[in-house]
This record gives sequence, structure tokens and C-alpha cells, in this order.
Amino acid sequence: MSVLVYTESENGKFKKTALEVASYAKAVANQLGTTVTAVTVNAADTSELANYGVDKVLNVSNSALDAFNAKSYASVIKQAAEKEDAKVVIVSQSADSKYLAPILAVGLNAGYASNVMEAPSSTSPFTVKRTAFTNKAFNITTINTDVKVVGVSNNSFGLVENSASASSEDFAPTLPESGVTVQSVDKATDKVTIADAEIVVSAGRGMKGPENWGMIEELAEVLGAATACSKPVSDLGWRPHSEHVGQTGKPVASNLYIAIGISGAIQHLAGINASKVKVVINTDPEAPFFKAADYGVVGDAFEVVPALIEKLKAFKAANA
Amino acid sequence: MKILVCISHVPDTTSKINFTDGDAKFDTNGVQFVINPNDEFGLTRAMWFKEKQGASVDVVNVGGAETEPTLRKALAIGADSAIRVNTEAKDGFQVAKELAKVVKDGGYDLVIAGRESIDYNGGMVPGMLSELIGANFVSNCISLEIEGTNATASREIDGGKETVATSLPLVIAGQKGLVEESDLRIPNMRGIMMARKKPLNVVEAANAETETSSIKFEKPEPKGVVTLVDAGNLDELVNLLHNEAKVI
Repeated sequence: MSVLVYTESENGKFKKTALEVASYAKAVANQLGTTVTAVTVNAADTSELANYGVDKVLNVSNSALDAFNAKSYASVIKQAAEKEDAKVVIVSQSADSKYLAPILAVGLNAGYASNVMEAPSSTSPFTVKRTAFTNKAFNITTINTDVKVVGVSNNSFGLVENSASASSEDFAPTLPESGVTVQSVDKATDKVTIADAEIVVSAGRGMKGPENWGMIEELAEVLGAATACSKPVSDLGWRPHSEHVGQTGKPVASNLYIAIGISGAIQHLAGINASKVKVVINTDPEAPFFKAADYGVVGDAFEVVPALIEKLKAFKAANA
Repeated sequence: MKILVCISHVPDTTSKINFTDGDAKFDTNGVQFVINPNDEFGLTRAMWFKEKQGASVDVVNVGGAETEPTLRKALAIGADSAIRVNTEAKDGFQVAKELAKVVKDGGYDLVIAGRESIDYNGGMVPGMLSELIGANFVSNCISLEIEGTNATASREIDGGKETVATSLPLVIAGQKGLVEESDLRIPNMRGIMMARKKPLNVVEAANAETETSSIKFEKPEPKGVVTLVDAGNLDELVNLLHNEAKVI
């Protein structure tokens, strides 16, 4: 009857979202008066999960799962849910978890709610708040099936420490035939990704050309931030598509979003609306972004950004 | 190769979002509806398969008669025929089940859907559909090539991309990258005239059940007024971000 949570790892280490969904699972388990079981795939050390309320860990260790495969991973989680008789299964909204969740939901005959922002307001009927209209609204949804799959938006619930003593057991599910084989993965390992970043530094056409991105990257580096860009910048080919944030690009739900030389089209603002604190730097005081931001600087990015980098370096040095 | 492109009928990206009926329903008053942008990238990719590899391309929507202009637009862009499953789309599972019946009845090899609709953002229909029909599935698909029954696809992952080998029958959840924004086609007059004569078949729904219910909508709290910091006083910005917002 426990709540099952899939805690995603990468190269054996848990992602921050894994600890967030574990925290969420603990909140749901408290509401239901039950315990939390986590299922992990090829994680090196699972002890960290106990700090976030996990009571039991099912360790799956299988080299056939080294490369992510949505069908296989969905099957692993399904078998774990059945073993634990879990009625609620929690996943993150990372690219991989979003990929596997619909397959998992069909396998479990479970209703699935994605992009969930908060712990359920009721567990009977099971009622959650999710984002809709690309963060321009929230949708209150009930899941009416016996088994439920909940996809928790990244950086929505946060990390909640709940010390538990987790038991751990090896779990060896059978793997299905999979018709999708990974051939290559192309990923910059030294950069913070937009999905995982606590801070995102984003720039627009106000930067005038791709050759001026050095200061954006330096600001991001000082802050430990990911870099992003507006749609026109990606359409012009100044920056890769993978950096495009907004309604048809990536959603951003960081703690801090800094927009430089971005006017703030409605589609862009929708995509970044889930970020908690927004800063805008723009020469035009009438730019729509100022209406959506928490803090604003009216000024030329070419002067403000280098000055801000120096101030932040001094701040880091003083607070190191 | 028989291709089915799933088309969601969604409010234009610039639409003001309001609700009616005690916040239970989206207010369509004054809203312009378009082909879901993620689906439009897929539709354009399908046109290339048609033109270069002789594929046939049908489009489908699950919805009421009000979605037909959106299907006609897809026909004007170049799809061969359209199917409308005559029922209100209520949740992702119900839509996936209705589409599964269309795919089975039509014997499609490749189904191209969008990674999510920009209205409900469920992101679940393509994956559910693939599982219901026993097809391979690639999510967040940013490139797709097909030779015979073999497919090579790329998908966007957090911080990069992954290339996979797979085969038909296949469902993909497409997005920008599948084709570029500049590749999208605006229907011309000839296309619009031809679209009027192309078949738009209305099929009765299988009456698939739902698993979730939308109870109501809420709008975000209105935003407070921005705190402006002088460009010559960036220490103040650092101070506010550290002590007030507590984000650095």
C-alpha cells in the first residue's frame, strides 16, 4: 500500500528532482497514513534518500538499463508498483520521466496527472493542482482510478528533509523487448542544464549578435547558472534550439531567472512564469518584461552585465 | 508509408486566457484557434515524407465540429484527408484510446503527434497511444529519418540530445527541430481551394472512458510591482537578491 516514487539517477548519483519527488511522496504518504518506497535504477549509493522520508529502497541494478529506455524503465516501475501494491506512483518531470510516465500509466491502468505543483488538496477524491496553458493558469484535476500516477513539476514542491531509516533490497524485474535502441548521446557534461538549474541567465535580441554572448556565459558561470535564450535568438541561429525557453521551447522553473535584452513577449513570459524570482535588464523601460519581473534594471546590457559580474564576484568572495 | 498526424485545436499563443462557467471551462470568446505549434512541426515533416518518399498523410483530431477549420487548415497545408472523431476531448487517456482505434482501423505505419498541446500541456497522448497500439515511441523528437521500416530519430534530453534506432510502426511526439520554424508552411490560395474538396470524414467515437476530471481553473496571483534598481547601483541588486529574495 506504500507510495512508490521513482528516484532518477544519472551516472549513479541522484538528481535534485529525485530528492524533490521523494519529498513529495513523503507528503502524500503522510496524508494516506502509509510509507514511501523508492525504486532506483543503477544508483551507486541510496542512503541519501532516507533524508527525504524514504522508508524502503528497491535497488534495480542491471547493465541492460545503463542507457535509458522508456519502455524498459516504465516496466521496472510498474513491477515495483505491483510488488508494493502502490496506489500512488510519483515521478519527476525530467525529460526521461515525462517520456516513461504515459507508458507506465497505461501499464498500470492508472490515471496520470502531469505538471503537478502541490501536494494533493484531498486524497479522496485524489485532487491535484497542475499547470495549464503553459503556466498562464492552473487546472484542478481529480484522478479517478484506483492506481494514480503523479508527475511533479521540477522545483515546485522543493526539498523537504524528513529523516527516516530506509531499508534496502535488491529488486530484479524482468525486462520487456524494446524496439528503441540508443545509438549515441550528445551531452555537455560540464554545463548546468536548464531543467536542473537553480538560476538561469537568459538573453535576447538586445545582445545584438552571437559574438556578444561571452558576458552572458561569464555571468552564468559566476552564478553557477544555465544559459538560455529567447525564441528570436534561437530562430536567428545565434544560439542552439536547446536554449530556447518559452511556450514552444523549454519551460523554466528556476529559483532565479535573469532576462537580459528580452522584451518579454507573452509566449516567452508564459514559458518562464514558473520561475520564482525574475530580474530584467533592458534599455527600454516600456518593455513588457518589467510588468512580469520582481526586480528590474533600466540600462544597457553592455554596461550593466559586466558591472554586475564584478559585483557578484565581489559578493562571492566576501561570502565564500 | 501511411502517416497519421494528430492535430490539436488550441488557442493561438498570444491569446488572453480566461475562464467561464464558474471557472470550469476555457472562455473561447474572441479567441483565435490554431494548429498546435508542436503538431505543426510534425505536419511539415510529414509533408516532406509525402513529397520525397511518396507517403500518404492523413490528419486527425478528437473534438467537436468547431475544430474543423483547424483540420481544413492542415488539408490546405497539404494533408490528403482528415478525420474528426466526433466527441469532446476530456482527458489524455480518452483521446489516446480514440486515436488508437483510428490508427488500427486505418493501418497507419507512423503516427506523428506533438510533444504536448499548448493548452492542457498534458504531454501524455502520444506515449499512451504507443502503448495502446503496441508501437515504438520516441518522445521530444527533434529529427526523424525513415528508410523502409527502419527509423533513426533524435530526441531532446535534459542538457543535450540522444539518437536512437527504431522501427515502424512508430509513434513520435514532435517539437521544434523536427523542422525549423522557417520551414513551416502558410496555406496558399490553391491549397485552400483544394482543401475544400478533400475528404474530412467524421467518425463516431468509441466512447472511451476518462481517468481524470478537470474540476476548475485558477489564474496565477497578479504580479506585484517591479522593484527598479538604478543601473549605477548594482550593489543594491545583489543585496536584494541575497537578503530579500534569498536566491543567491
